[in-house]
Amino acid sequence: MAEVTKLIHKYLRHDKKFPHVWCPGCGIGIMLGSLIRAIDECGYNKDEIVLVSGIGCTGRMPVYVDFNTLHTTHGRALTFATGIKLANPALKVIVVMGDGDAVAIGGNHFIHAARRNVDISTVILNNSVYGMTGGQYSPTTPYGMKTTTSPYSNVEQSFNISELAVAAGAVFVARGTVYHAKMLDGLMEMTFKKKGFSVIEVIGHCHTQYGKLNRMGSAVEMMKWQKEHAVTVEKATQMKDDELKDKFRIGVLVDKELPVFHEEYEKIRRWAKEAK
Amino acid sequence: MKKKTKKELLLQGNEAIVEGALRAGCRFFAGYPITPATEISELLSVKLPQVDGTFIQMEDEIASMGAIIGASLAGVKSMTATSGPGFSLMQENLGYAVIAEVPCVIVDAMRGGPSTGLPTFPSQSDVMQARWGTHGDHPIIVLCPSTVRECYDITIRAFNMAEKFRTPVIILVDEVVAHMREKISIDEDEDIEIFNRVKPTVPPEWYIPYEDTPRGVPAMANFGDGYRYHVTGLTHDIRGFPTSRPDEIDPFIRRLFRKISQHFAELHMGEFFETDDAEITIIAYGCVARSAKRAARDARERGLKVGALKLNTIWPFMRTPVEKVLQTSKIIIVPEMNMGQISREVKRVNKTDAKVFTINKVDGTIITPEEILRKIKEVR
Repeated sequence: MAEVTKLIHKYLRHDKKFPHVWCPGCGIGIMLGSLIRAIDECGYNKDEIVLVSGIGCTGRMPVYVDFNTLHTTHGRALTFATGIKLANPALKVIVVMGDGDAVAIGGNHFIHAARRNVDISTVILNNSVYGMTGGQYSPTTPYGMKTTTSPYSNVEQSFNISELAVAAGAVFVARGTVYHAKMLDGLMEMTFKKKGFSVIEVIGHCHTQYGKLNRMGSAVEMMKWQKEHAVTVEKATQMKDDELKDKFRIGVLVDKELPVFHEEYEKIRRWAKEAK
Repeated sequence: MKKKTKKELLLQGNEAIVEGALRAGCRFFAGYPITPATEISELLSVKLPQVDGTFIQMEDEIASMGAIIGASLAGVKSMTATSGPGFSLMQENLGYAVIAEVPCVIVDAMRGGPSTGLPTFPSQSDVMQARWGTHGDHPIIVLCPSTVRECYDITIRAFNMAEKFRTPVIILVDEVVAHMREKISIDEDEDIEIFNRVKPTVPPEWYIPYEDTPRGVPAMANFGDGYRYHVTGLTHDIRGFPTSRPDEIDPFIRRLFRKISQHFAELHMGEFFETDDAEITIIAYGCVARSAKRAARDARERGLKVGALKLNTIWPFMRTPVEKVLQTSKIIIVPEMNMGQISREVKRVNKTDAKVFTINKVDGTIITPEEILRKIKEVR
């Protein structure tokens, strides 16, 4: 067995609910591999990790891994995670969500968790569609694309998740793709190590729903699309606007310092006791 | 000299709820401002950090409910407080707390509804929402104080029940009781039972997080304790993993009900007020129970044999005490500040010849003793 596979197996719940629910060729598995490698690289022990998810394809991820795992309601993962982190700041809280989960039904929680700077690492798999329910359009479905609820064409503008996270005040925002797996490992590790509300948007693909309806080909072809359309942050600085028109940037988009909620709250506790 | 631990206080119902919560060991509160529950948030934002607890104001009531479940899973007793409109938003994650069996306490300071309704006039119209507000078949514990002292005691009991039965417990307080001030004495040295969740004692590899037990309540490990288990809102097997097997679904749902239903006697709280020889009994709860007792006393002064049954437990419905007065009284009067949410339950369990009359007041004002007395004269 390859070393990398051995490592992943160390963190899986073998005796539990395999086979998993994801379609063959799905990018969530690649993202999960990356997440596990990053956790291993950071040196966390299994007991201190709490992996929280919402509902959807990505929401099913925690059940397969051997951490403290919490599969919450649709869009609400960050609210549960906030409670966990503040109740026990010693825990490393990681939230995984899909695009619908994070910025449609959970959009309000997302911007407020970012604004508050709760110490939570947030991983968002953006595959531009609601996969589990059968390929309906999501807030990240691009204009002009077809889904099962935009059969003629999507006439809504889409969210840029990373830019939304930046605007909401997240202290660390990165974007990667499931094609650039090696790079994703590194970005994921930086996301986990960052203190405060850190976000990594992972561009994935849903070839069984979104890809099929838009004639984008197989999983392999959709990953090729990722390869061709992703531009590293460094390279993008040397490119002109019209060259970047149909491209998206990958790499670290924001890395800044702001006071973390639970550390700020220690001040409140001190003041409260002084005022007593 | 021994430090004096007994305090005489003039407190609002909401303030007494805060004192009770702190006494019970509540150390986490997440909420969103709404009248008439806001005093609970404001006071806890002062007091929780003094005892190393955490107060957080969330972006809405959905988030508040999610946060208290998260905090409870991490091992901290937690609470939120709201009124009808916010309570509606909490129903989603309230159901999560039911299925995942996470102890927590929710205060609903009732005002008139539906929707934005009557800010801020009293009402008792959330009785059925507290029972069935969240979707799916589920049991629930709902408690209702009618005095400031009861606000304190019932809040402590609510936390104890939440911890003991691994369930959300709802405190339905009406605006009158929430905002009313009364003198209460609180003794810090008083021997009050405080119950903490039962934790697993087996090694992690033996731990079965949703195992059935004689009480129907599995031991609960906190996240971070080394037990690494899975918590989900999906219907799950005894190990906590999603299941679609009928032979696992059925015992799970039945256990959820059984863990409450086999402890009715322990959960039921109320007061029989001069009901032994009563020909007419008033069944009431919340602020109306105060008017009911007063009406019974006034009626007795006029030579009428009237008693009152006060319900402090709303759900599970206090069937046995209600059946007792149905058997001994000829007439039952159920005054409520709604269109008849508890009177329906009284009628449902009535297998006697006793006649059940209602007083339904929905104009945003309380039911007075005089109104109950008028009804007594009218129906006797």
